[in-house]
Amino acid sequence: MFKSFRITCNEATTICDKNQYGEATLLEKLKLNMHFIRCKICFSYTKQNMTLTKIYKGHAKSCKDIKHCMPPKDKELLKEELSKFNV
Amino acid sequence: MTQEKVVLNTNKWIDNYADYMYNYAIVRVNDSDLAKDLVQDTFFAGLKSAKNFQGKSTERTWLVSILKRKIIDYYRKINSKKGKAEVRMNFYEDGENEGNWLEERVPQSWNNASEKAIENEELKTQLESCIDALPEKYGMVFRMKTIQEFETEEICKELDITSSNLWVIIHRARTQLRKCMEDNWFNS
Repeated sequence: MFKSFRITCNEATTICDKNQYGEATLLEKLKLNMHFIRCKICFSYTKQNMTLTKIYKGHAKSCKDIKHCMPPKDKELLKEELSKFNV
Repeated sequence: MTQEKVVLNTNKWIDNYADYMYNYAIVRVNDSDLAKDLVQDTFFAGLKSAKNFQGKSTERTWLVSILKRKIIDYYRKINSKKGKAEVRMNFYEDGENEGNWLEERVPQSWNNASEKAIENEELKTQLESCIDALPEKYGMVFRMKTIQEFETEEICKELDITSSNLWVIIHRARTQLRKCMEDNWFNS
């Protein structure tokens, strides 16, 4: 029965990444935890991944507040181009 | 009953929608020149097909739907690029060790991880440079999911990919980013 719970490190780290966004299923989390029993490398990857997630979230927060506007001179150029098309 | 003809106000497009569409494009492609090109192409495509506009949605929604198509086309283009964009694998691809860590890619322990994780400008710069080093399509999906925090379903719909495809891309992007941050930040 437990054989079906056996996953590779590639699969384990994929689940771990998915879990960083809270989107791993219960079965996937179970498989991941069973994998940790025999794989310290993936366990360490997961711990590091959590640190990185914290960093990414901090970066996301500062990026999301930025509203990008098209530079005025590019708008003028675009207006010229479009007016040629309209003629 | 005769159908009323809907007229587009094309002269006002730039003033009314250029900023919104530029912002929409840049958060997805993270390149200002490319975002400008996509917006320009969208306006041209809009003008070409103006006669098809039926007024069922607003002008902006209609233009954004064209822009979305342009972004999918761009994603498909970068998705088909080979060679330089290929990522170094982290796991054995076949044999009895298939799916296990390649020895040279095994995560190393980090020096002073908690201290190094404190947010500062230098960290942001390093992180941005690591994200920029990702193959374009990985960077695009990673930014949409992690930095812009879009829903999985939304990204899949916008880029016309499956969710399993998305998770494979996220996984590859994150393992490559982890290695980059390990080499250039945590253990530098």
